[in-house]
Amino acid sequence: MHSQDVDVDRQKEGKKLFKSLCASCHKLDKKLIGPALAGVEERRTNEWLKAWIKNNADLRASGDKDAVAIFEEYNGSNMTAFPQLSDKNIDDILYYTTVGNPPKPGATPGLDGGEPSGQGGAPRWLLLVLGAAIIVAFLIIANLLKTVSELKGAPKKPGLIGQAAELWQGIKKNTFLHVLFVIFGLLLGAYFLFGTLFKVGVEEGYQPIQDIAFSHKIHAGDNKIECQYCHSAAKHSKHSGIPSVNVCMNCHMNISEVAEDTKVIMEEGGIVLTKKELDKEIEEVKNAAGYYYNEESEVWEYTGKTKEVKWVRVHNLPDFAYFNHSQHVTVAGVKCQKCHGPVEEMEEVYQYSPLTMGWCIDCHKDTKVDLKGNEYYAKIHKELAKKYNVDQVTIAQLGGKECGKCHY
Amino acid sequence: MKSFKLIIALMIVTSFVSCGDKRTPQLQYMPDMYVSVPYDANGVNSAGNVIVNRLPVAGTVSRKGIVAYDIPNTNEGYEKAKLELKNPLVVTEETLTNGKELYGIYCAVCHGVKGDGNGILSQRDKFNGIPNYKDRDVTEGSIYHVLMHGRNLMGSHASQLKYEERWQVVQYVEKLRSELK
Repeated sequence: MHSQDVDVDRQKEGKKLFKSLCASCHKLDKKLIGPALAGVEERRTNEWLKAWIKNNADLRASGDKDAVAIFEEYNGSNMTAFPQLSDKNIDDILYYTTVGNPPKPGATPGLDGGEPSGQGGAPRWLLLVLGAAIIVAFLIIANLLKTVSELKGAPKKPGLIGQAAELWQGIKKNTFLHVLFVIFGLLLGAYFLFGTLFKVGVEEGYQPIQDIAFSHKIHAGDNKIECQYCHSAAKHSKHSGIPSVNVCMNCHMNISEVAEDTKVIMEEGGIVLTKKELDKEIEEVKNAAGYYYNEESEVWEYTGKTKEVKWVRVHNLPDFAYFNHSQHVTVAGVKCQKCHGPVEEMEEVYQYSPLTMGWCIDCHKDTKVDLKGNEYYAKIHKELAKKYNVDQVTIAQLGGKECGKCHY
Repeated sequence: MKSFKLIIALMIVTSFVSCGDKRTPQLQYMPDMYVSVPYDANGVNSAGNVIVNRLPVAGTVSRKGIVAYDIPNTNEGYEKAKLELKNPLVVTEETLTNGKELYGIYCAVCHGVKGDGNGILSQRDKFNGIPNYKDRDVTEGSIYHVLMHGRNLMGSHASQLKYEERWQVVQYVEKLRSELK
């Protein structure tokens, strides 16, 4: 299959048709819902294929043995009939299944793929070691020069340490400096103490290592899958919920490898996961759902042996604070990103907001209540707006600042 | 003077401890106020290392009840649903808006905002051959059946949508289909 003897126009036309009509059930090189189609022209006659593609049910009804056999081999799953395809269309598709994909532009085999996965440049520790070596070398040279000049008869000066010692003696005797130092020390101590205490129980930036290197950037960012596609409980439940693996399998049933150039950059030490590692992660999900790859037949087989995926929960509100996702997502229509930050850019999820009470209250004070389609409460809202002398009441004015709303 | 040094040392140590690294949770003041006594959803495993998120006991029915769906996931089942299954909901503006929103979340990523099969996953070559709704001979019953059981490359979306929501999606898909023609 060399590119010089391929009719590029026919190949292109065939590929277009194949992608739009056949690819939902067939691949060239792998079994999907139906058989792999590469080289199908060698296995069947042209007439048979045309008859099958145009209306396979008729062909089966006519008692064709091959047609009945393949129907039964694939557990009686019906292939869609394509009576709208002309003979030329079908020939183009078959031509494409024979010649395969056009070679990628600029792909020179053997050149790419050999480079290390690092982002170029030396690793950090090497730079540090080199830097330290240069500093030490400078110190040694300076010391040598000094010794040489002293040997030549230059007057001996008090060294840096000597000067520091003199200064220290002076400071020790000065009472004013003592007082200043104590005040400074106390302020610094108070600063750190309060900083520490205010961080107790605040998990902002918490980014645990997850069982599977799931990248929200790939799923929600690049592929623009809605948050609620997977976190479907958010609209009805207190919890947003971690999706069960059957939701993963909605797509990953058929997607078992990432695209060639996909990369995930992990937070720690700039570890880069490439296709090889990421395909392993997808395999983990499939294994969790009970699908294992059979090397011999080259298909994913359902074994029924499921595993649990040990996700680590990132956002934890303390038990004494009540929070309900559906109230915020469905009733108020708050975007997920408002509290969870730019999740669609996160390779690894971290807690974006502090989730402290002050943070909650700030939002309740600022957010105006949307009264549209809420006639039942129209009267009370009107009265409240009059009472506070505003056009639109905020959540706080509606009672969103009452202790008992969240603490009970 | 000794105690003064001790205090300073303590302060430095605590500030370092609390900085910690982001991989481990922070220090909690009175953890028994933070961590609930009953097991929390998505929480750590319960005693005996049993996973906390579990399926309800077999046969559990929610208080509002569940509408049973007993058409099997077979070719015959598909044909049966296509002919016999009817939408119990009446089309209103509200159900259509709701359906549109749900369609945007659960379907548009593959089937496209307009239902032409040109969603973002199709554009990015993750899924190919997603049909245009107008090319497919579907009825409200068959759409619901495929939502429940999945078909070919499409998986079941029964766990992500409730009974009424599924029918609202069906309404919106039918609307898209009529607009495409």
